[in-house]
Amino acid sequence: MDLILEYRSQLVDGTVVTIQLALASLVVSLALGLLGAWAKLSSSRLAQRLAGIYTSVVRGVPDLVLILLVFFGGQVTVNAIGYSTGLWGYVDVNQFVSGFLTIGVIFGAYFTETFRGAIMAIPRGQIEAGISCGMPKSLIFRHVIWPQMVRYALPGFTNNWLVQLKTTALVSVIGLQDLVYNAFTAGRSTGQLFTFMAAAFVIYLFLTAVSDLALRALERRYSRGVVRAM
Amino acid sequence: MIRNTILAAVAAFAVAGPALAEDPLRVGVEGAYPPFSAKEADGTLVGFDIEMANALCSELERECVLVEQDWDGMIPALRARKFDAIVASMSITEERRTQIDFSEKYYQSPARLIASNDADIEATAEGLAGMRLGIQRGTTHQCYAEKVFPDAEIVLYATEEEVFRDLAIGRVDAQLSNGLNLAEKYLSTDEGAAFGFVGGDQADLECYGEGVGVAVRQGEEELRDAISAAILVLRENGTYAEINDAYFPVDIYGGRPE
Repeated sequence: MDLILEYRSQLVDGTVVTIQLALASLVVSLALGLLGAWAKLSSSRLAQRLAGIYTSVVRGVPDLVLILLVFFGGQVTVNAIGYSTGLWGYVDVNQFVSGFLTIGVIFGAYFTETFRGAIMAIPRGQIEAGISCGMPKSLIFRHVIWPQMVRYALPGFTNNWLVQLKTTALVSVIGLQDLVYNAFTAGRSTGQLFTFMAAAFVIYLFLTAVSDLALRALERRYSRGVVRAM
Repeated sequence: MIRNTILAAVAAFAVAGPALAEDPLRVGVEGAYPPFSAKEADGTLVGFDIEMANALCSELERECVLVEQDWDGMIPALRARKFDAIVASMSITEERRTQIDFSEKYYQSPARLIASNDADIEATAEGLAGMRLGIQRGTTHQCYAEKVFPDAEIVLYATEEEVFRDLAIGRVDAQLSNGLNLAEKYLSTDEGAAFGFVGGDQADLECYGEGVGVAVRQGEEELRDAISAAILVLRENGTYAEINDAYFPVDIYGGRPE
């Protein structure tokens, strides 16, 4: 316990990096998820095809492989291009940026499916009713699709988000000093690995518990006006 | 005006491109391998490797930028130019030489085996046959164990600490690692009191190579030779002894290379 207090600034710094990474990658994956769902449900063959390739490739490759590929492979590629063309010398691929972009792209694929399922759960007749009333597309989206899509998507969203939050731990392999990296380094430096793993355990549990509560409140908000069968 | 600014920026970039002597030397270190490299509570890096890196930089008259890197990503990061040299207790081996280049050694400490004091284990191929031997993966010890103890059941871990944990609860029978490390990090602790060395130094040129060196990218002979020369200067001017004595009761440099 004393050791944890002594190293608390390390643990706090790591927790902050973990939260930043999770939120930054969430923004990326939500944007990609909405875009992907739109593409998969659009009438354009090309958009459907592209979104299909995106979700099958990303969901079919282990997260760790993608992270290493983007960080080390990306760095080597960027510099190889720079050297062969003589345009630039050394460009540093930032760990944080490549970390959150990769995780964002990975989870964008899962969110694509979550959102697609949610939109498909909305009865088609409601959208057709909007069209026959002469509502413009944007209005239909805001008043008919969005509120219901959010309600249908929230359980899947909560699931994805919890996994995403924990997946940020993988970036410690590229040297990004997140909670796992700092807890591990502190544990190895002091020879008390177990103590610091226990601390990381409690912190992760706290983070997931808080997001669980917040998302449940959101779920209640978007379920107003829906009678639950008891 | 704008064109001038762009030209100036391009010119500055072009000058900053190739490594000049005034550029800081970026050194990859591990920060999680005490007593060679570890992290204090406030995040400061300490240890033999860290001080050696700083001493080498000042000998080369270049500013040191220490870059922390996880062991598994160490060589990829060097090759991807995340840093210019590795000072992280990395042994010079032929296998690694296919990917990166090394300076002369800066220390050489023999590997040893430990096991429970009650265990009936001998440090021979027959003695370890069927025994579970815990080792940190991707290290020289893995190469050695696979070569010398072919009948032992080799169990690989990401770090030494994990091997200690499993040794303590009996999931592995013995552990092979750097002798200094084993003594300092485990045998000297309360938990490690029930364990002891088995056999003497384990030596093998093919696996353990010529000691521990500073790694640089291939084709950087100039930096490599400058570092090798700096190591010898540190040996001679007493800086090495000063750093060594702060961490170890004996001189860990080993014999002079022939």
